[in-house]
Amino acid sequence: MNDEGVDKSKRQFLTSALTVVGAVGTGYLAVPFLAQMQPSVKTEAAGAPVEVDISKMEPGQLLRVEWRGKPVWILNRTKEVLATLATLDDKLRDPNSVESIQPEASTNPYRSIKPELFIAVGLCTHLGCSPTFRPEIAPNDLGPDWKGGFFCPCHGSWFDLAGRVYRGVPAPTNLVVPPYYYITDTLIKIGEDTTPEANA
Amino acid sequence: MKNRLASSTDWVLERFPLSKFWNDHMAQYYAPKNFNFWYFFGSLALLMLVNQIITGILLTMNYKPDAELAFDSIEYIMREVNWGWLIRYMHSTGASAFFIIVYLHMFRGMLYGSYKHPRELIWIFGMLIFLALMAESFMGYLLPWGQMSYWGAQVIISLFSAIPVIGDDLSLWIRGDYVVSDATLNRFFAFHVIAIPLVLVFLVIFHIIALHEVGSNNPDGINIKESKDPWGVPIDGIAFHPYYTVKDIVGVAVFLLFFATVIFYLPEMGGYFLEHANFIPADPLKTPEHIAPVWYFTPFYAILRAVPDKFAGVIAMGGSIFVLFLLPWLDSGKVRSIRYRGGIYKKALLLFVISFIGLGYLGTQPATHIAVIFARIFTAIYFGFFLLMPIYIRWEKTKPVPLRLTEQPSLEDRIPDLIATFDEVTLKEPIKTKSGTTLLPRRLNVKGLLNVMIRLLKKLKNSLD
Repeated sequence: MNDEGVDKSKRQFLTSALTVVGAVGTGYLAVPFLAQMQPSVKTEAAGAPVEVDISKMEPGQLLRVEWRGKPVWILNRTKEVLATLATLDDKLRDPNSVESIQPEASTNPYRSIKPELFIAVGLCTHLGCSPTFRPEIAPNDLGPDWKGGFFCPCHGSWFDLAGRVYRGVPAPTNLVVPPYYYITDTLIKIGEDTTPEANA
Repeated sequence: MKNRLASSTDWVLERFPLSKFWNDHMAQYYAPKNFNFWYFFGSLALLMLVNQIITGILLTMNYKPDAELAFDSIEYIMREVNWGWLIRYMHSTGASAFFIIVYLHMFRGMLYGSYKHPRELIWIFGMLIFLALMAESFMGYLLPWGQMSYWGAQVIISLFSAIPVIGDDLSLWIRGDYVVSDATLNRFFAFHVIAIPLVLVFLVIFHIIALHEVGSNNPDGINIKESKDPWGVPIDGIAFHPYYTVKDIVGVAVFLLFFATVIFYLPEMGGYFLEHANFIPADPLKTPEHIAPVWYFTPFYAILRAVPDKFAGVIAMGGSIFVLFLLPWLDSGKVRSIRYRGGIYKKALLLFVISFIGLGYLGTQPATHIAVIFARIFTAIYFGFFLLMPIYIRWEKTKPVPLRLTEQPSLEDRIPDLIATFDEVTLKEPIKTKSGTTLLPRRLNVKGLLNVMIRLLKKLKNSLD
């Protein structure tokens, strides 16, 4: 082909302009394509709070409920357990829960609103397995250092009975405490921080 | 006058380059004449791809991608669909067989330097196939919606949440929910049956086109195109069809013997191909006591667990696969085939194989203290093999490479030796039976066995120099 006398700069401009327009168009189309994989409106609505009746809980008992498809634990802790918690600080990675997720009301040494009643999302902060509840002290398989807590069978992370992670295990932070509040003394709502009236 | 068949064939060939395609890739594609056992795995991998696609299509006819129905639909396939058990076991065993074949195929590449110049791109396409295969099998494993499906997916998707800043949103986007749920199952089904198989098929086509552009490597690792006959055909090459198509049929027959044995007698392979916990429906509130991925992921899983930090563990696991992509550029050795490489590379490769198998074993076991220490040692060797390569290859003393392909003793030539070895490790003591005939029962000769073992070890030691 004879290119002589052809003003290539105009072609170049048209090619570049078309490329840019095409790229922008592709970008706009990519948004709905990718965003349709986000949780749907129905899924987000299913994240509604759940109410749990705790009037029948015995001391030392663990109750499992489902919230947003996740296991949530409600543990009734005895006085002895609460006393043990305070002695563990030097073995823990984040004893004061500075780097961990919990609502304001539960940012305290017991990680709960009422010290005896501990509530947490039952998923390991490492890779999301559900740890097993092992309240016994120094069982054979976990050794003499075990003071009761939650043990993750997947990758061997240790948590105490306030969901605080031990040092030297893969999990980076303490178990997540979900937002919750007491409707009455024996009824709690998991998934919301405060009563709707307080918000308004 | 031409007959109708010939003229209608011509009509097609004038419009579609079928015979050109056939000649370029089969009848006039000249492959080195000395392919050995290791060269069966390429065609076997293609066979497995076809097996997975056909059985997979049949399975989708009865499977329901719904968290409420999925587990029961698998049981329905197993118990009530005509031949459903066979089709499902062909698919599940096929997945494991695919990985065995692909691992051996990749090891062949490492043995004979098939990734080296000019075949780097073949290796890259192959690695992309390996990556797509891992995604494909991981997503397929969620579909039965058993306990191991569920918690395996939970752990693997959580790996993405270890990425700083975007991690949590990314894993939410992958799941489409706050936990693994119906939304996750449904999209994994879409990826497993449409998206990734399409990608795989295209990558396989690119892999083969790239291979046929530069020509196949061979156990001697030399370029057969350097000595050609007057018609431009490599003297040491033979046409892929009929020579290797026929040879590969023999390989396929032997492979199918093993494949059928597993399908009919060992479909679960003691919990390695189908894990025991997966016969329990998924329970989002309870993790099984011991969770382990399917065997083909365990080496990488063991690397993940060997690192005591969440993000660093994920990086190490990703790095262990990424480093394979770099192999053609890490290995600057002048010689391709293991036959002429120096002792230092052979020893490094042996250590690598031991550490890879060791990691694979450890990944199936609970992470006890001692297991983690071993996993760390093996992880160090695994990365050392690749990352120290530019250093230790410099000390490699290679052997002279021949100009033409060498003759190796064939199986028939080795049979007398094998019989002699068998005689050495067994004792024959004639026994007269009551009816007067003489029996020659063989029993183990411990001394002979020791001699043979020592000979083999000496041979191994010599071959490592």
